[in-house]
Formats: sequence, C-alpha cells, structure tokens
Amino acid sequence: MSAGVVDVQDLCIELVGQDADVVDEISLTITPGEVLGVVGESGSGKTTVGMALLGHVRRGGRVGHGAVVVDGRDLAQLGERELRRLRGGTVAYIPQDPGTALNPALRLRRQLFEVLEAHAGEWDGEERDARVRETLEEVALPSDDAFLSRYPHQLSGGQQQRVAIAMAFACRPRVIVCDEPTTGLDVTTQARVLETVRDLCRSHAVAALYVSHDLAVVAELADRVAVMYAGRIVESGTRDQLFTAPRHPYTRRLLRAVPDLAGKRAVVGIPGYAPLPGGRPEGCTFHPRCTLASDRCRETFPAPQDVGGGQIVRCHHAAEAPREVKVEGGAAAAAASPGPEVVLAVRGLDAHHGTRDTLFEIELELHRCECLALVGESGSGKTTLARCVAGLHKDYTGDVVLGDDVLAPAARKRPGAARKDIQYIFQNPYASLNPRRTVGQTIARQLELFDPGRKDMQRRVVECLERVALSGSAANRYPDQLSGGERQRVAIARALAAEPTVMICDEITSALDVSVQAAIIELLRDLRGEIGLGLLFITHNLALIRTIADRVAVMTQGRIVELGPTATLLERPSAPYTQQLLANTPNIAV
Amino acid sequence: MSQQTVDSALDLALDGSVPPAGGSGRLQRRPWLGILASALRMTRTRIGLAIVVLILLVAVFGPLIAPYSPTEFVAPPNSPPSSDALFGADALGRDVWSRFLYGGLSVLWMSAAATLLGVVLGVTVGLVAAYSRNWVDDVLMRGNDVVLAFPQIILALLAVSALGAKLWLIVLIVGLTHAPRVARVIRGAAQEVVERDFVKAAEAVGEKRSRIIFGELLPNVTSPLLVELGLRMTYSIALVAAISFLGFGLQPPAADWGLMINENRLSITVQPWSVLLPVLAIGLLTVGTNLVTDGIARAAIGLDRKGH
Amino acid sequence: MRKMILQRLALGVLTLWLISLIVFAALLALPGDAATAILGREATPDRVAALRDQLNLDDSIVSQYLQWIGGVLSGSFGTSAATQEPVSELLSARVGNSAFLVLVAALVAIPLSIGLGVLMAMRRDRPVDHIGSTLSLVLAALPEFVIGIGLILLFATSVFQWFPAVSLIAPDQRAWDVPDVVVLPALTLVLAVVPYISRIMRGSMIEVLESEYVTMARLKGISEREVIWRHAVPNAIVPAIQVAALQLAWMAGGVVLVEFVFSYPGIGQALVGAVENRDMPVVQTVTILGAGIYVLLNLVADLLTILVTPKLRTSAR
Repeated sequence: MSAGVVDVQDLCIELVGQDADVVDEISLTITPGEVLGVVGESGSGKTTVGMALLGHVRRGGRVGHGAVVVDGRDLAQLGERELRRLRGGTVAYIPQDPGTALNPALRLRRQLFEVLEAHAGEWDGEERDARVRETLEEVALPSDDAFLSRYPHQLSGGQQQRVAIAMAFACRPRVIVCDEPTTGLDVTTQARVLETVRDLCRSHAVAALYVSHDLAVVAELADRVAVMYAGRIVESGTRDQLFTAPRHPYTRRLLRAVPDLAGKRAVVGIPGYAPLPGGRPEGCTFHPRCTLASDRCRETFPAPQDVGGGQIVRCHHAAEAPREVKVEGGAAAAAASPGPEVVLAVRGLDAHHGTRDTLFEIELELHRCECLALVGESGSGKTTLARCVAGLHKDYTGDVVLGDDVLAPAARKRPGAARKDIQYIFQNPYASLNPRRTVGQTIARQLELFDPGRKDMQRRVVECLERVALSGSAANRYPDQLSGGERQRVAIARALAAEPTVMICDEITSALDVSVQAAIIELLRDLRGEIGLGLLFITHNLALIRTIADRVAVMTQGRIVELGPTATLLERPSAPYTQQLLANTPNIAV
Repeated sequence: MSQQTVDSALDLALDGSVPPAGGSGRLQRRPWLGILASALRMTRTRIGLAIVVLILLVAVFGPLIAPYSPTEFVAPPNSPPSSDALFGADALGRDVWSRFLYGGLSVLWMSAAATLLGVVLGVTVGLVAAYSRNWVDDVLMRGNDVVLAFPQIILALLAVSALGAKLWLIVLIVGLTHAPRVARVIRGAAQEVVERDFVKAAEAVGEKRSRIIFGELLPNVTSPLLVELGLRMTYSIALVAAISFLGFGLQPPAADWGLMINENRLSITVQPWSVLLPVLAIGLLTVGTNLVTDGIARAAIGLDRKGH
Repeated sequence: MRKMILQRLALGVLTLWLISLIVFAALLALPGDAATAILGREATPDRVAALRDQLNLDDSIVSQYLQWIGGVLSGSFGTSAATQEPVSELLSARVGNSAFLVLVAALVAIPLSIGLGVLMAMRRDRPVDHIGSTLSLVLAALPEFVIGIGLILLFATSVFQWFPAVSLIAPDQRAWDVPDVVVLPALTLVLAVVPYISRIMRGSMIEVLESEYVTMARLKGISEREVIWRHAVPNAIVPAIQVAALQLAWMAGGVVLVEFVFSYPGIGQALVGAVENRDMPVVQTVTILGAGIYVLLNLVADLLTILVTPKLRTSAR
C-alpha cells in the first residue's frame, strides 16, 4: 500500500482468557501531516486502536494477529527498550483527561523535561530548556519559571490539556495519537485546543490519529475518517466522502443522529445499543439494528469494497442506491405548540454558594407545552438555576413561582403538590438511580409518594415503563444491568410517574452516545406532544437545542445574556457572547 | 447485559470484569447476600469459617464433654499429661483440658456483644454525621475524636480502675471504643453516597430524613459495614482476651482462656500445655474471623473473578 | 495551608482538653468515697484523711480539676497511692524504657513495611505476594500478647533459647544498656504493626501503578525505574505514612500488653500494676500521657499528609 508513516495491517486485539476480540481486521494508513479521524460509539474499540499505535494494550487484552508498522518498524518486533524509545519519541499520546493523566505530585517542569531527558538524552540542559520553552509558546502557555513550578491542579482544564499537548510535541514525534482530548472542555476552549493541534500537525508534518465520538469535531479537524462499529472499521474515506455521501447504513444513521445546528432536520436515533466484546452477533455486527438487514447480513461479515475514490465500505448493500430511511418529522421543534399559560416563572433570582454570588437577576417564564433551553458553558450557573427551581439549592433570594404560588426555597418545605409538579432528571444516569433498588421499586416508590392508596401498583409501574419504550420486564432489573440510555429512560419514567407539569432535564444526554441521545430526544419530543409537558432543558450543546427547544436562554457567569425563540437566536444572535459561542461550535457543514 | 458509555466500556471488557454472559453487575458493590455468597466461594473464607465454627463448638459444647469441673484438683501442680489428665494439670493442679473446654464461652459472648454494640452505634453515628453535613456532623466527629484519642486498652483499664473488673463494663467499654472507629469508616463511605444524584432525587420529592438515611444510604454502605463487622469481631476477641489476660476479666477460680494464659505463663517451660491450648484457641479464632473478614472484603470489591 | 495547620492544632488542643476531663472523671466514678476506694483494705482513718488532703477531695469538683490539670501541665503528677513516691519519679525511668522500645520497633517496622509493600505490589499475584498477604492476614489477626507468648515459646524457652523471656532491667539501668532484653518485645511490636502498613502500601502502590498518570508516564517512554520511584512511590506513600503514624500511635497502647508479657519495666507495665492497686494518680497520669501521645501522633500524621500532598500544600484557602 502507500508509504504512510503509520501502516496498520489486519490488526486483531483479543481478550485474554476469553474467546472474544476487541477489534479485528483493522487496516489503516496515515501519511505525514494528515489527520485521520476514528469515529465510533461505546464498545467500538476506537481507543484500543489508538493505543495500538503506541504498542500498548490495556490489561486483559493482547495482540492476536496483524501488524502495526510505525515509521517503517513493526511494533511487535521491538524489544522493551526500543518500545520505550518509540513512545514519546516517535509516537506521542495526548490523553483524554489531562486531569488524571498529569501526575499530581510532580511539578510541570519535571513532567515536561523528563520527556526530553528520556528521548533527547544527549542534549544538554540549555538545549532542553530552549525546546521546552519553544513548545510551551507553541501551545500559547507561559514559559516562565513561575509557571513551570506549578502543580497540575493549579491549572484550568484547558491549560492542563495544552500542557499535555506540549508534552506530546516536545520531542517532535512523527505520529500523534489523540484520545478525545477535548471531551469535558468548554466549547470555546475546545475550539482553541483543536486549532492548536491542527496547526502543530501541519507545521511539523506530524501524522495524527484523532479518536472521537463527536462527529462535529472530527468534521472540522480530519482529512480522512474511519468509522468503527463493534470492533471493526465499517467505512472509511475522505472527510467529504463520508460526510456528504456515506454508504454504510450505520454511518448514515449516525449522521442523522447528530444534532444539526442549521436545523434543517430532526435527529433520529438508532434503536438498540452497541454490543460489547464477547456479545457481538454473527455475521455483520450491525444487522440487529439495521433496517436493510437481509439473510446474508446475518451470516457473513461483509468484505471491504471500494465504492470509488478510495472510499471503502463493509456492507452487503453498499453497491445499491442509497435507500432513504423513512424518517418522520421535518424541522426542529415538537409537534405540540406552546400554550399561552405560564406554568413556571422565575423572578429576580439571585443565588449564592456560601459567600460567593453565583446567579444574578434571573428572570424567565416557562409556558405550558413549551421547551425552554438553558444554554451555557460550565460555570455559567445553569445547573444552579435548575437546582433552585427544583428546591435543591435553597441559598437564593427572589421568587420561583409555580402557577400562582411562590415556592419555598427548600424542596422539603414545599407543599406536596409543588414537589409533584416539578420533576428533575439528572445528568449522570449511573448516579441518579439507587443501585440497591430494582427499577420497579424505584418507580413504585414515586407512585406511592404522589398517588398513594391505589392497589394496582404492578400494572402502573409497567405502564410507566412502556411509556418510555422500555419493556415491563425491566422492572425486575437493577440499574447496573441496564445501559446508560435505558437508565435515563427509567429516570424519565420515574419523573413522569408523578405526572408533573414541569420537567427539568439537566444535561440528561451529555453522558450518552450520539445515537442514544437522539433516541432520548425523540422520546421527549413525543412525550411533550402526548401529555403537554413543560420542559426546562439544560445543555451546553447548541446544536441539540435546535431539535427540541422552542425558546432559548443563553447564560454566562450567572446571568442570562440573551433570551428568545430558537430559530431567531441561532440565526441572528444579538448578544456578542452568543455570537462567539456559535462561532466556536463545531459543525458538520453539509 | 450492562454497558457504559464511551470507551470505559472497553476498559470494563478488557478488565475482564464484564462476565461473558449471565452476570449481573460486577464492579459495583452488590447487595449483602451476594457479597456473603461470593465470599463463601473463596477458599480462604471457607477455611476461616471452618476454624471459627470449630472453636465455637469447643467453646459452646466444651462444658458438656469436660471430664472434670474447672475447679477440681486432679493432679499435682504442673504435672505432665497422664491417663487422668489429658493435657496435664495447671499451676494449681486442676485439669487443663477441662478448664480449656469451659474457658471459651466468656470470651465469645463478650466479644459478640461488644461488637454488636459498637457496630450498631457506629453505623448510626456515621450515617447521621455523613448526611447532616452541618454542625451535627462537627459535634459527632469531635465526640468521636475524643473517644478515639484513647488507645482502646487504656480506656478499658481506666474504666476498670474506677469501677472494678465487671463483665458488663468490659463489654460496654470495648463496644464504645469500637463505635467511633466504625463511625469513621461508615461516614467516609456514606459521604460519597450522599453526593449522588439519587439521594438528591429523594430530597427533591421530599422524603423524610430518617427514611433517606436508613432507606437510601444504609443499603449502599453494606460492604464497608460487613467488613467492619468482621474486623471489629476480630479486635473484640483480641481485646476481651487481653483484658482477661491482664486479670481484669473473669476472676479466679473461673475458667477463662485469657486468665488461663496469665495464670500459667510462669510455668511455661515445665507445662506448656496450660498456656498453649488457650493461646492456640484464641490465635486460631482471631485468624479465622480475619480470614472470613478478608473474604468478605474481597467479595465486596469483586475480586473473586475467575482466574484471578 | 497555614490556616489548615492552625485549625488542626486547635482541634488537637480541644481534644486534649476533653480527654483530661474524661480522665479526671474516672476519679469521680469511683464507688463511694474516692479515698477509701483507692486505699481499699489499707484504709485506716489516718491514711484516708491524708489521701483526701493529697487529692484535694474536700474541694469543689471544678477546683479539684483545676488543681489536678494545673499539676499535670507543670509536670507534677501527684503522689502514688501505693508507694507514696511522687509519680513523676516513679515513671521517669519507665518512660525512657518504653520510648526506647517503641523507637526501636518503629525504626525497624516502617522501612520494612514500605519495602515489603512495594515489593508485593510489583510482584502482584506471584508467590511472594500470596505468601506475604497470607502472613499479613495471620499476623494482623493475632492479639499482640499471643504474638508475644508465641515468640517466647519460640525464641526464649522451648524451641530456641536465644533471648530472655523476662526483661530484667535493674532500676539504675536503662533499656539501651541491656539490648538483649529489648529484642523480643520490639519484635512483637514490629510483627503487630508491619501487616497494616505493608498492606496499605501494597494497595496504594497497586492503585497508583494502574493510574492514568503512571500509564501516561510509560507512554512517554520513561524508564521503568523512574516510573516506579519518581512517579509512583511519591503518590503511593502518602496513605502509608498516615497509617505508619497511626500505628505508632497505636503502640502507645500496644506497649501495655507487650510490656506485661515480658515484664518489661516501662509505663505500660506500671499502668497494669496501678490498675490492680487502684492507684489512681498513677493510672490517671499514664492514661493522660498515653492519650496525649496518641493525639500528638495523629496530629503529626495529619500534618504530614498536608505537607506531602501538593494539592493541599498549595491550596489558597
């Protein structure tokens, strides 16, 4: 094949002691200066592939067959010392979470210098010094002694990530492996980090592998893209090929699930969830969730086919003309239009955390059947506001008004009817359900609290579950037996069991895969239509609100800087902060 | 089948902690029955349990099979094993074997009672402190610190010097000194749980405090609780035996393992059995309970994977 | 950081004060008349009167407390009810002996446990680790007096006869003059304490070795030796230090039993004797000393943790 700096041939990584592979038949090449984006959801194995370029396999896995050739050398043939020299020197790694990847007990100086000591041992102190300072400047960080004497916890998340990037580029490697380095960063910081990575790759002619689940980010950064599903590359090609003319059903469905900032289409989820290693079906691993599945798909895994211009697809139906998957729903917001009645109002709210003021003069109104989105970056105060409304944060002045009544700050002091009418759904599906109770018990408790005295508990629990498209049998399961998306549905079911008028969704999809997120959004849209719920939807994802919100409030530093209908705000933002936010949001420009 | 987002899924799979099929929940701590069940599957737990049961049987049924009463004189002091006395006679001429068979009950019931007291008190204090997060927490922790400031044996000796060598006093003091140690551990574990969203969810719907503490928090600290139960039992036995050994437990001429060791240690070169039997019994008992505790601790963290 | 340290110190002082209250209260808990209870069978009217005067029993409780605590803080601990000697004289030699014993035990136990912990972590799941863990388990379970008697049986009487079973130190000698005598008691303490420290060290080392930042260091191509000693150990050792300080503190109580087993003339043995005799002044003095040392060592553990954790060291608050 071509003379890439990175050349992976038919790589298989399997689980030790089990008859299952994590990834298989992985072949890819990267040329100097090129960015290859590897996209996939949970269980796709994309991080495993990234790590393989460093000759590293996580505990419990090992290389089955295949080769990873970097800069002309087969990693399997390298001894310990040579492998160590490769890592950091020829192939560098940018971690996902710099907070945990930087040693908390060592100063930055040590952590930056030791890469050079390990790989440029023959340099003297001055040369190393010069290189460290040069690299720090390239990532727009100060290079003075005071900064170098700091510990990692004294830096912000964005700064930590840039230190990690500096560490990676310090030895001028030939290959960089980026493991979703912008997850957890603000949109603005993320934009800057991506820019830095792209510039450095260009200027130093570095081949980059960028692993991500965020298609928008990959669209902005990558030259070529490989899509992974359940341990295989199902489609690969140039960025344009993949985003304008995807051929694999999974890629196409995945693109449909990504929220579209321009609002031309609604998100559509993919039913089911991705299988884990050891649980993958026979034949094409995507067939249980694919609308095009035929008998052939159930028997054999498709071989790679070139459909023109170097675009490779593994699908039995790739050569057919793309059948548009019938999807209902046109433009953005829901089937129900908001009513005139105000169900929830916040007036003159100032909130505090101890001695710090965190919210200032918040005013907003939520109408019946309306979805109001609260958008902001971390620290903007959107979660605090939501908690105040729900009665979980009582340190505030001002009024939260439900219907005609002003509510007490603490939930415990509010009348039962108020607590019933406002329901809260948390971000982390793994922490919001009591792991020691079955799903049925959790929902039953809610029913007991708000509608006691009825005898048909079992039936009602099943009803609640079916409303969120879960089968009644889920009632006997414990939360850790469910997937993240399923747990979030249980949380929604629990909230709905109280028959509220207002539901507060606090970043409920941030921890979920894109396709699962889309399914949850679809669910919320349908529910709103059916039962006329008012939604307060909190998120940092601007593209997401297009698909669900009627109006948007943009927050920063504890204030609402702009409030208006979704379409207007996104197309013609008036506040400078909103404009900046929009500019920094990565988008799949189609 | 369980699943998590992003590539932590892969980490789980690679960690081998996702069982191939039919497993339900792994890395997270399981309900207490599950912990006990998987603890029992480990060899170390079984050995420990076997030892404990053996000693228990000796202590409980010993008096029924003892050839002599514990205060009878059967041979000259410190005489070696003979046909009359299976293990010889102690420093006063009483049958070592009989005294040994009678001597375990006191250690056992006192340690069990002290453990129960300590754990119940400690868990309550720990949970309340973790949930209150305000001045209640501070006061409870200060109180804790004060009791913790005394080495357990010293506090016991202080109490005994003032009030005399009474058995209920020993149980009370040992239990009281266990409580803050248990409270500390449970509070630590509960603090982590208190921050979780499902507790906030319960607050948001207005659940009563006591219900949250005992209904939501308590089930989620069962693993440290079980571990503490085992640990405290081990320490209780050690402490109670030690206090008897010092002479402040059951008084002569009663038969008590700790007391036996003390009474006979000066003649250890001549008649080792009178010391060896009770020492072995106490030693084996504590090792047994510790093995069981260790098994429980490992089960709680899910370390009983196959092939580990 | 300074604020944190001052806070801890203040708490320590508060705890010490509360301890003194409890220790003092023991006197009040004596059944009936304190002086009579203490003297027991030797309670002649003269002696009772003398003791009442000595202990200020006719004054108000608050006054008694203040006089007692005042004495303690100025180094005068009263007079022994059994021997009529000043408590401080009675105990001074013994304090030295006990301190020496504990010091020797600590100097051996701490480096040994840390080394063992690192070793077992690096040879995880191999024979060394399994044997070490099992031994740890057994030793941690056994009461220290059982360990002591076991050592006597092994090394002093039945099997080998290398060391004396009873620690005979003449009143004018100090423990370091007769080192033979210290070996078995110190070894008992070491065996009692090593399992805890090495287990924590092993556990924390294992956790650190699996941390993201150690993986990151390896991915940067750093040599394994640097990864272990530069990256891993400084982080792993923190919990071990805490536990080591706590174990040292435990020894303040552990000496009681160990000294009793070996008849080692330290303050532990003095305490047991005093309890038998109901010699309250001595009991109170040893108790408050023991508790005081315990609190002090806990404080040291806390401070060490702060110093050794950069996050806490540099926190703005």
